[in-house]
Amino acid sequence: MNGPASHISIRGVHQVFQSGGQEVYALKAIDLEITRGEFVCLLGPSGCGKSTLLNAVAGFSLPTSGLITVDGTTITTPGPDRGMVFQEYALFPWMTVEQNIAFGLQIKGKAKPAIQEKVGSLLDMLHLEDFRERYPKDLSGGMRQRVAIARVLAIDSPILLMDEPFGALDALTRRNLQDELLRLWTELKKTILFVTHSIEEALYLADRTVVMTYRPGTIKRDLRVDLPRPRDVASPGFNALKKELSQLLMEEQSRHNQDEFRGAAVD
Amino acid sequence: MKKHRHAASGILVPLAALAFWQLLSSMGWVNATILPSPTQVLIKWWAYLRPLEVFDPAQGSYLKWCFSGELIQDALGSLYRVLLGFFIGTGLALPLGMAMGYSKLVYGLFNPLIQVLRPIPPIAYIPLSILWFGLGNPPAVFLISIGAFFPVLMNTVAGVQNVDSIYLRVGRNLGASRFTQFTRIILPAATPYIFTGARIAMGTAFIVVIVSEMIAVNNGLGYRILEAREYLWSDKIIAGMFTIGLLGLGIDTVMSRLSSYLLKWHRGLEQG
Repeated sequence: MNGPASHISIRGVHQVFQSGGQEVYALKAIDLEITRGEFVCLLGPSGCGKSTLLNAVAGFSLPTSGLITVDGTTITTPGPDRGMVFQEYALFPWMTVEQNIAFGLQIKGKAKPAIQEKVGSLLDMLHLEDFRERYPKDLSGGMRQRVAIARVLAIDSPILLMDEPFGALDALTRRNLQDELLRLWTELKKTILFVTHSIEEALYLADRTVVMTYRPGTIKRDLRVDLPRPRDVASPGFNALKKELSQLLMEEQSRHNQDEFRGAAVD
Repeated sequence: MKKHRHAASGILVPLAALAFWQLLSSMGWVNATILPSPTQVLIKWWAYLRPLEVFDPAQGSYLKWCFSGELIQDALGSLYRVLLGFFIGTGLALPLGMAMGYSKLVYGLFNPLIQVLRPIPPIAYIPLSILWFGLGNPPAVFLISIGAFFPVLMNTVAGVQNVDSIYLRVGRNLGASRFTQFTRIILPAATPYIFTGARIAMGTAFIVVIVSEMIAVNNGLGYRILEAREYLWSDKIIAGMFTIGLLGLGIDTVMSRLSSYLLKWHRGLEQG
């Protein structure tokens, strides 16, 4: 069914929640094959189940039915082979930048010199050298997200799962980190599954943008983005795709709004 | 600059209060036995503080002599009971609190009993404590332990239960074992709560030590001020009260310094 190239394979996944005695389909019949080294964005309005799908791949909430496999192995628990970056950074506030990054390596039981070397190179890679002794509360949002990315890179997971990681950042910091992420992705050849509600972000980053529908969450469109990198957000090609995606998203957003007017929206 | 002005204005009210108090006494408006003048209190305080005997090398070292004053002996006695009781109470509350916060089963087993015992003020244990432990340090330490136990217990339970689930998700994502989750995530995340509990516990311990000394012990600051009442030494009572206040302030300062050092990562909830 799937070729040997498939890294993450999502087949017939349903995710059903009980809400007020009713069954709500957060995900319905999702099929998605992600190739090794591919950068895939999940795009959709809030409540479309894109984060639910990401959490299912992460192993935090297993699907009600269907299968998610990584390298042919079915996912049953969260694990360090699928590093996750959260929107709210989720750095451990009691650990310094350095300790946060080292934590995953300590869990793996790596030797101290190896940890130090790895942490050093990650601090360097993400330009955090001057902040190694700082606590998260003393960092800006952008810096925190850099640390969160470094923490996940430390454990060398072949897959990165990113849940609107740049959603809380200002435009400039956001672009900066997007470029940084692309650089790391090219350098480290990770498979990235990236959730966003920003069309521009999806088109700027992804090889493929998967548009999801609002409730039940299904795949509305699987769009290959063949624009050359680095991408020019002002180019006609970029804008044509942006327009196309806007149209798709608008339809879902209006269904979302109708639902909200009816007071039925549960996030 | 501004800070200096604040410090200066902070001293105004105490000075005015002292002056008013001195005035009351000097003018003879109040009976000196009811309310002695501040200077009288200060003189008594000094007499209470300084060594009773002349220094004699045969009796021991100079340092020992320096600490031989009644006030210092009383303060040390009270402090010893507070610390011992605090550590026993905290030492018992911490493991139980962690277990109750972490495991629903343990919580379900212990919570009903805890909820019944918790509202009983430590003071209410005095009769039993004397029956069980007689007089002296043991009943006092027992009472203080009870006073310290519940605040630490309740805060530890709350701290462990309220760990933000996102941290646990990160831990699971990074592959942390249950043990690592507990020691590296749940415990540090709960420390601000635990410290709040410890500070409350210390305050309670301090109240309980004074009361228990008034009833079950033959030294300590609480004992001394009650004893002074028998002789109508109101100056000594007041001197003792101020000492209690200073000691309490000292302990609380140490606690708050310690917590702001250990919780320097924490976003200033523990200030003050």
